[in-house]
Amino acid sequence: MIKVSNLQAGYGAVRAVRGVSLTLGKGELVTVLGANGAGKSSLMLTIAGALKPTGGQVFFDGKDVTGATPERMVRLGLAMVPETRDVFPDLTVAENLRLGAYIRRKQVDAVQADLEKMYEIFPRLKEREHQAGGTLSGGEQQMLVIARAMMSDPKVLLLDEPSLGLAPNLVDQIFEMILELKATGLSILLVEQNASKALQIADRAYVLRLGEIAAEGTAAEISEASDLHAMYLGG
Amino acid sequence: MVGLIQFIIDFLSLGGAYALMALGLVIVYGILKLVNFAYGELIMVAGYTLYLVGGTGMPWIFMAIIAILMSVLFGILTDYVAFRPVRAKSVTAVLITSFAFSTLLQNGALLFISPRPRNIPLPDIFTETIEIAGVITPIRNLLTIATAVISLSLFTWLMRRTVIGIAMRAAATHFTMARMLGVPANLIITSAFAISGLLAGIVSMFWLGRIGAVTPGIGLEPLLIAFIATVIGGMRSLQGAVLGGFLLAFIDTGLNYTLPQDLLKFRDAFTFSLVILILLWRPEGLLKGPASGQRT
Ligand SMILES: Nc1ncnc2c1ncn2[C@@H]1O[C@H](COP(=O)(O)OP(=O)(O)OP(=O)(O)O)[C@@H](O)[C@H]1O
Ligand SMILES: [Mg+2]
Repeated sequence: MIKVSNLQAGYGAVRAVRGVSLTLGKGELVTVLGANGAGKSSLMLTIAGALKPTGGQVFFDGKDVTGATPERMVRLGLAMVPETRDVFPDLTVAENLRLGAYIRRKQVDAVQADLEKMYEIFPRLKEREHQAGGTLSGGEQQMLVIARAMMSDPKVLLLDEPSLGLAPNLVDQIFEMILELKATGLSILLVEQNASKALQIADRAYVLRLGEIAAEGTAAEISEASDLHAMYLGG
Repeated sequence: MVGLIQFIIDFLSLGGAYALMALGLVIVYGILKLVNFAYGELIMVAGYTLYLVGGTGMPWIFMAIIAILMSVLFGILTDYVAFRPVRAKSVTAVLITSFAFSTLLQNGALLFISPRPRNIPLPDIFTETIEIAGVITPIRNLLTIATAVISLSLFTWLMRRTVIGIAMRAAATHFTMARMLGVPANLIITSAFAISGLLAGIVSMFWLGRIGAVTPGIGLEPLLIAFIATVIGGMRSLQGAVLGGFLLAFIDTGLNYTLPQDLLKFRDAFTFSLVILILLWRPEGLLKGPASGQRT
């Protein structure tokens, strides 16, 4: 679904992504690990079109989409849950979700059905349907942004640290949900600080260090790699 | 009693005009986090359009609609000329280009029309008065109140009930996130400028209606009013802009009624002192609004 080759991106003089190549197959769950500041979020933002690449290429479904706008990427079928969550604070939960379906707002019935489905998966959101997004708790906001991303009916989902700041039982819940989403055939690229948990559910993994791929392999290979900790914490 | 009714009518009509002016400025600020310094010129454009179509003899309401449409058009033009080419570069660049566009329009009016005031056509109803409960008041004031109520209701409906309105509210806090949901950036920004132009156009009818003429510099005062109203109301909140507009009008009208004759010419000094007091008390304005996203 996604192929990235020799991708480079940064912020002015800061080179955050330095020649990263990776692939994400259909229905695959791939995790990207790495220390703080390794460039994981920058990589995700570049794929989603929110950060302009300075070199390399991004392919979606075989099409070259290097430098495409975020609007174009979501139309192609890519949904992003950023690390910053970015719940729209003065929109209600329902409005947040409906905006998630912006690109298919004409399919009124399908959108309504998906909205009901999201409320079924996250009953908490249903209870808070008319509450402003900014008043939700951190965990509820995380549920909201994942549900909002799903409202666009994506083929590829980018999840940047979905478990960040959540209570342990909620983390388990989120991971279970990621597995359920994978079972529906969705391709998922998952960035996580919680490496062991991510490796338990992932098919393959990449380890990013200082903006470069330091290791890659199946989840089992990466977990077994003796120097994982060194790579991970070595920054 | 008579004095009170008089005061309320004066306050509400001035407040309605101020609120619409402020809303037109803050709708663009909310999304781009940039003040459009060419905003006042939209009122000038509407005024000169009225002047230019004045000789055609068509019914006034058509002239007004053409003038308002020109204001919308120039609002959108501001985006294309002053904002879009430099938006991604820097805040300073946009500040300068919007100043430049403002100056350009003013000089255009100076050069091609005249530095002297030009009378604009006004409907008879604008100069008539009416007596309510013993108070004689210009019908224009009541029309201003009615127009403000209708415009504010329509605006609220647009922002709460339509997809584009919801998308604009979203873009005002997290612009990039809205784009990552498929909301086209340019559509949102152009819509904001169009709405800004519409509000400026509507308010200009009453603003110019008070004065009866248009000059190249006519836009400065509305820009200042809109700016002060949004600053005291809270730059990040649409409700704040409306509240700020009415509060500023309350101060202005209140001073008009209470200041002795010989101090009246210093009214603005009193107004600004009160504005400073409000800002000392509430530096972020009265309404905070949602934590705003980054400039885009
Ligand atoms: N907006 C920005 N402006 C300048 N530099 C930035 C910006 N965002 C990130 N960086 C820098 O880019 C590098 C990579 O940051 P990035 O957020 O991609 O790391 P990360 O792997 O996601 O880290 P974390 O695990 O803490 O989320 C860091 O050195 C960071 O300081
Ligand atoms: Mg990150």
